[in-house]
Amino acid sequence: MKAVCYNGIGDLRTERVPDPSIINPKDAIIRVILSSVCGSDLHLLNGYVPTMREGDIIGHEFMGEVVEIGSEVKQLRKGDRVVVCSILGCGECQYCKDTNWSLCDNSNPHAWIPEKAYGDSPAGILGYSHAFGGYAGSHADYIRVPFADRGCFVIPEGLSDEAAVFASDAMPTGFMAADLADIQPGNIVAIWGCGGVGQMAIQSAFLLGASRVIAIDREPERLRMAKEISGAEILDFSKVDIHEALRELTGGRGPDRCIDCVGMEAVSEGLDYYYDKAKQYVRLESDRPIVLREAIMACRKGGTISIVGVYGGLIDSVPMGAAMNKALTFRMGQQHGQRYIPRLLEHLQKGELNSSFLLTHKMSLDAGMKGYDLFNKKETMRVVFAPGL
Amino acid sequence: MENKKKPLSSVLGIGELEPDNTGSSQVNVGAGERILSVAGGVLLLSSGLRRQSLGGFLTVAIGGYLFYRGASGNCLVNSAIGRNTTDSTDTTKALIEITKSLTVNKPREEVYAYWRKLENLPRFMYHLKEVQQLDDKRSHWVAQLADNKLAGALGTVEWDAQIITEVENEQLVWKSVDDAKIDNAGEVRFMDAPNGQGTEVHAVIQYRPPAGQLGGAIMKLFNPAFEQMIKQDLRRFKQLMETGEIATIKGQPSGRESEQEISQKPSLKYADADQQHESGML
Repeated sequence: MKAVCYNGIGDLRTERVPDPSIINPKDAIIRVILSSVCGSDLHLLNGYVPTMREGDIIGHEFMGEVVEIGSEVKQLRKGDRVVVCSILGCGECQYCKDTNWSLCDNSNPHAWIPEKAYGDSPAGILGYSHAFGGYAGSHADYIRVPFADRGCFVIPEGLSDEAAVFASDAMPTGFMAADLADIQPGNIVAIWGCGGVGQMAIQSAFLLGASRVIAIDREPERLRMAKEISGAEILDFSKVDIHEALRELTGGRGPDRCIDCVGMEAVSEGLDYYYDKAKQYVRLESDRPIVLREAIMACRKGGTISIVGVYGGLIDSVPMGAAMNKALTFRMGQQHGQRYIPRLLEHLQKGELNSSFLLTHKMSLDAGMKGYDLFNKKETMRVVFAPGL
Repeated sequence: MENKKKPLSSVLGIGELEPDNTGSSQVNVGAGERILSVAGGVLLLSSGLRRQSLGGFLTVAIGGYLFYRGASGNCLVNSAIGRNTTDSTDTTKALIEITKSLTVNKPREEVYAYWRKLENLPRFMYHLKEVQQLDDKRSHWVAQLADNKLAGALGTVEWDAQIITEVENEQLVWKSVDDAKIDNAGEVRFMDAPNGQGTEVHAVIQYRPPAGQLGGAIMKLFNPAFEQMIKQDLRRFKQLMETGEIATIKGQPSGRESEQEISQKPSLKYADADQQHESGML
């Protein structure tokens, strides 16, 4: 089969590789119909998440058709059209039972690697480096999905492939961001980042009762979508001082809830951006926490900071004094997709959420590197590979 | 070991037992003599291997024995005639302890029963090839140290073990017996985790490196890998108990293989690469 393989930093190649097969009884093989690039794939490609190996197949946001099931798969049948959660959960450990799926104890065969770095291991993630399991990813004709009964969700009739594909990762991540933010009716919510996850967070925040959502980005097209499709007020950080603007827009209080949908590769205009970039360049700091700093400073006293943008390691100069003295609440995590996907498919069906607009470029697997280049330069919202093309 | 921190067994209050010091972990050759033995052994081995004659064969055999004697610090002649050219104290320093605690989300009886059927252990302990229960208390163990230079030097590692304490659903203590190639002892405790979260498993394994002081030095090189392996073994136990399978990527496709070499089943070649990758990152 064809697959987009990592070949080194900034180097993807579309190669011919063996087809996957059932290895464990709870595995399924999915024929990939659509597989989207995700912002966190860029962290892999740009070398900020270590433990990638030459030849690894990347990609984790996808939907497709079940073509083979293992002997212990009970809920799925061949031919089912499914969307698959990017994060693997076994369904049996205490974390999965508590629906904290991305904390699964059993789905990462290389748990000892993150255990050294983080003290504990999160769940395995498809196509997301060896620290997160080393599983082959979805930018391929076929993919093996472990614990398939837990991670594959049958897509209801009438829902398009293009809408459903984002229920794999961007939608549950955005929805979880809003859910963790503990939005109360009438709250004003500020959201950093208007990519796929940010757009879904805006829509979810409204769904959960926000009265206003203020979205922050620099890319004109993303800001336009945030305003026209997702319904946010928008701020361009290259044009205004975000802190001052947020204060002015909220009667001097600050937003009640602040959501970071950006993470480790944040860009900015200010001095602290170059400070972070320099430290990251010489590997003194692994992440650029500009958004996190801004959110802590901007958030109203007693407010909540919700983080779904990916951070990898150690960050400098986080204003902990501000966070402590303002009594902020922090909530964060990789998405617990299995908790949210069924509900999200319903919202999509009822038209309460809109996701298909995220798909701006559809390409064949052969265009792997080209698609990532477009995405890396933020010239597109989402590139989606269609192996059938 | 030079580590000044207390062994974790003293924190847990379990497994504070020492494996018997028998057979190959006995050092009865002095340090100077051992270095000479190794050096002489290497010389004889290399010259013997170059000659393809009976004399060459004998040279290899003698060289090999000298090398073993030096490397292990254990001289069969010395032990036969009761001669000991070393300070006897330096054998106990080499004791290595591995501890691992984890919580398995299953009832204690179930977890204990699976473990107590010792034949099950190689299913998740990948460093074991086979465990045979000889009778109620005694068992025969065969280790498999795959892709490990030390394993090559040792050949197969087998030993008999004896359960010395058993409290059903709570505690198992065992020790290796007789001339075990790796003298080892261990204890596993099974306790209820709070709030119905299943069973806490606390394991302590102690072993003496197989070849005395120099062996200890070799063993220290491999120790992080060996310790990692034992800890991974226990993690696999949890996976197997909770989900009925062991998470793996062995046998999946990647751009490292061409389409011609299709691996329907976990291929050894890939497994080796994965193993090397893992140990490379330790």
